[in-house]
Amino acid sequence: MEFSDHIKTANVEDVVLRQPLHPPSRGTLCITGHHLLFSEREEGSSQQVLLLLRNIDAIEKRMSGSSGTITIKCKDLRVLQLDIPGMEQCLNISRSIETLSCLDNVSEMYPFFYRPTDLSLQDQWGLSTPEKHYTQMKELHERWRLSSVNKSYSVCPSYPPAVIVPNCIDDETLKKVAKFRQGGRFPVLCYYHRKNGMVIMRSSQPLTGANRKRCKEDELLLQAVIEDSDKGFIIDTRSSQQVHQARMTGGGFESKSFYNCWKRLHRQMERGKALQESLIKLVEACSDESHNVDRWLSKLENSKWLSHVQTALSTAGLLAECVERDGHSALVHGYEGTDCSLLICTLAQLIMDPFCRTLEGFLALLEREWVQAGHPFQQRCAHSAYSHARFQQESPVFLLLLDCVWQLWRQFPLALGFSEALLLRLANEVYASDYGTFLCNNDQERCALGVKDRTHCLFRALLRPAERDYYSNPLYEPTELAIWPSVHPQSLQLWRGFFLRWTQLTHHLEAVQEEIRSMVIEWGRVAQR
Amino acid sequence: YYEELYAFSYNPKQNDQQREEGWQLIDLGAEFERMGVPNDQWQHTDVNRDYKVCETYPRDLYVPITASKPIIVGSSKFRSKGRFPVLTYFYQEKKAAVCRCSQPLSGFSARCLEDESMLQAISKANHNSRFVYVMDTRPKLNALANRAAGKGYENEDNYSNIRFQFVGIENIHVMRASLQKLLEVIGARSLTMSDYLVGLESSGWLRHIKAIVDAAVFLTKAVTVEGASVLVHCSDGWDRTAQVCALGSLLMDPYYRTIKGLMVLIEKDWISFGHKFADRCDQLDGDPKEVSPIFTQFLECVWQLTEQFPHAFEYSEWFLLQIHEHVHSCQYGNFLGNNQRQREQLQLGERTHSLWDFLMSEKQNYLNPFYKPSYSEAHPVLEPSTLPYHFKFWRNMYHQFDRSMHPRQSILKTILTLKENSRKAESELQALETRLQKLGVTPIATSDPPAPPPTRDQRTNPLPPRPDSLILGAPINHKEVERHEEEDEQNEVGVEATERTDTERTVEGSSGTESRKQSYGELEGTCNGELAKEEPAVVSLELGVARMTC
Repeated sequence: MEFSDHIKTANVEDVVLRQPLHPPSRGTLCITGHHLLFSEREEGSSQQVLLLLRNIDAIEKRMSGSSGTITIKCKDLRVLQLDIPGMEQCLNISRSIETLSCLDNVSEMYPFFYRPTDLSLQDQWGLSTPEKHYTQMKELHERWRLSSVNKSYSVCPSYPPAVIVPNCIDDETLKKVAKFRQGGRFPVLCYYHRKNGMVIMRSSQPLTGANRKRCKEDELLLQAVIEDSDKGFIIDTRSSQQVHQARMTGGGFESKSFYNCWKRLHRQMERGKALQESLIKLVEACSDESHNVDRWLSKLENSKWLSHVQTALSTAGLLAECVERDGHSALVHGYEGTDCSLLICTLAQLIMDPFCRTLEGFLALLEREWVQAGHPFQQRCAHSAYSHARFQQESPVFLLLLDCVWQLWRQFPLALGFSEALLLRLANEVYASDYGTFLCNNDQERCALGVKDRTHCLFRALLRPAERDYYSNPLYEPTELAIWPSVHPQSLQLWRGFFLRWTQLTHHLEAVQEEIRSMVIEWGRVAQR
Repeated sequence: YYEELYAFSYNPKQNDQQREEGWQLIDLGAEFERMGVPNDQWQHTDVNRDYKVCETYPRDLYVPITASKPIIVGSSKFRSKGRFPVLTYFYQEKKAAVCRCSQPLSGFSARCLEDESMLQAISKANHNSRFVYVMDTRPKLNALANRAAGKGYENEDNYSNIRFQFVGIENIHVMRASLQKLLEVIGARSLTMSDYLVGLESSGWLRHIKAIVDAAVFLTKAVTVEGASVLVHCSDGWDRTAQVCALGSLLMDPYYRTIKGLMVLIEKDWISFGHKFADRCDQLDGDPKEVSPIFTQFLECVWQLTEQFPHAFEYSEWFLLQIHEHVHSCQYGNFLGNNQRQREQLQLGERTHSLWDFLMSEKQNYLNPFYKPSYSEAHPVLEPSTLPYHFKFWRNMYHQFDRSMHPRQSILKTILTLKENSRKAESELQALETRLQKLGVTPIATSDPPAPPPTRDQRTNPLPPRPDSLILGAPINHKEVERHEEEDEQNEVGVEATERTDTERTVEGSSGTESRKQSYGELEGTCNGELAKEEPAVVSLELGVARMTC
């Protein structure tokens, strides 16, 4: 089907646009297959607003007489209002937006059409590959190998074609282990701690089921991970009650009797629907303009968002503590191993590994731990906080990650090489993007659709010189030390830059921060001269 | 027994002349002159020369020119504790005045013609407005209850030219209980996020802070937008009144957002007008019911504003924290006693030292690197947002002695250092260029610049020595200073020269020592047992914070 079939009215004159931080303006509205374009038609002004339709989370229309008002709520939390003359035009526009903003067909999405002049499709897509990553990590080679057992995605549909596993475990064993793990996500290496040679592995839950099935190969693999060390830690992102319940539906946990060198630590982390609800409540609280402090605090508490931030950071802290301080390897999983496991593995790496804290390092980390590791972006980020049409799969896990990274950045303003602006940009891009990076749910899907050949890569675009400057932290001073965040509730804050982004004050503070940034750069330049 | 306080034995090795100069740093007469007072409508009065009319007011007072001595005396008899309406701030642009007083002794029906004339005089002194706002900063219920005790509030029928307004700031007892609750909440061991937010809400602390800011915003709008004069009072006019007048002035006048200006403001609205520091801060183990964090709230309101307007303040939060520290430390004479008369009796000027002098001498430690005087020129009047989510918990105040909760790296300190070094480098460069010019060399032509090569040293040159209390950003108590010094020695072993010790220390949050204070969970055995012990059971609240609630 052509986009034009969805567009009955492409242009409307004399539309009034109301948006946060700007006075209302009058102009022409234009709908295309992927964009909403508004051009102001006032004397001497040529303001334009270009909005990806994909960015639209919810739309409400209100008709009054011969005209109508459309309220557009975006995934970046902006709320726009369009006053459109003519009932039919208004209905047509709103119908187009409704349809075009949630196309299911990935290959019709904008990244497949976005062709900026300064990027070429021939450029390398992505920053690295599992193969390259392995080649660079020389320290690994003695005990770890790169396995291509998943070359055709047949062992684990959500893993990349190459993964890192213990040397002594052959592909046949891996295939058996994959059958014992949900979704085939057998334990793979995600982080090697250079200081002590310990590692972080991640996987999905073992399929022990009600009758406590075991899998010798799985036990063997985990034993190979700790080798001659006395123990390892399993960080299960579920409560011990939850893991017992999981057995009833075929899932389970590594029981002490079969994995006697592994010590399980349980940390219940919310995910899925609960997290989505939390986001919805928080955004609702932030748009409440009442002047009542008690009500605000009560709504903030009730949303539980900051509790999720606290749990995530503290679980990541625990994981890093196991590896860095206690000197043992760790395995992380929950249910599918595609959400919370990735979240805390990423945060733990930021805490421990100085390289992950550079701009390139951080983007490479996201590519490895989220894009390649198979976080189902398409399902999780189809809708954000405003949508009424909620599916079961939405969950702002990645947004929670960005919030946690922001908290780290606030506590260690010198230790991270990137700025808050980068986190805000990523928070936008993950929901609606010109780039193909966050399309699809895993590598297999991306290959099938030719995402890597037919779209541009966000991470590479963010490393172009101008962007790199903009997203760097001018105060960055690398430190080899681990950065242990404080997870006391008093030390954590609402991420105002994101959740209150469209308020006057945040806007004002953003401008101030920009100025401060230039001042700092200037001082640094002078002092170094 | 005041004599037992530290201020009387504290000796910073200054001679008498230096000490005297220290006390002369702040001159309120000059401050009123700065505001343009006296002028054709406002005059100085010496009616309180001997503290006969009002014991708790200063000697020098400013009143409308039409307020004669009988009017003043009559009005003072009709006001609680004799605290009759006087000028505290004059907004030159609109010739509008901010006046303060205590509640009238109106009971259910009493009137006082002199008092009515006094308000008339205030009104007449401002040609911009036909009326005066009377802001009663108490909740209406409290004011009503006071009537039964022969006190109360102004009846609009008797004062023809006023607009009366309740503001609803709670009294000292509510504030004390609120802070106590807050400190209990945040001092709890293994506090969950929900407990924290619920506790923060139920303590009501931020609600009270917002009420004060709301009142100050109201005052500011009345004066700067409507051009009306405002008379502010509460019960005795030395707690809520001081908060609102001082904060309002700070919103209206950029001067109070400078280091010297804040000193002047505190000297004027708090010290000279008789905020009972001795009672409120429990300097002498007095009545626990008199203790209340009224001044702390004022400092917090200022802090909340600094968060909204990063460019507008010359001082950083460490200035506020340092003032707070010394209001409670009793090391300097400024805040001793309850009013000026008492301070004169104690001869504080001769026997103790002035805090302002000390703070001024370390001014560079309190500078806000982002301060832009041009911002204040463009925005002389601040219009803060009072939406609830702009009021934040002030961690560096209420957890100032709990280093495990401090920011792990101090951005402020880094930036100050950077700015200072850039300033130094620039002036060095200038000096060199001047020298070259004298030698007849054009700097541009030199292919080999005589300037020292750009080394990292230059960037990491530490600032002039600062007190230990600022090293991690927050003042720390003496015990901790000692411990800190020991650590320093260890740190310095094997560290080349002084290179980067500064930064190392701020990253200390992530070094072995410090990080032990934060543990994430149930790791058993070797490391965990130790971890649990290291974590303090209850946040230690020392000096200032503890004394805020007694």
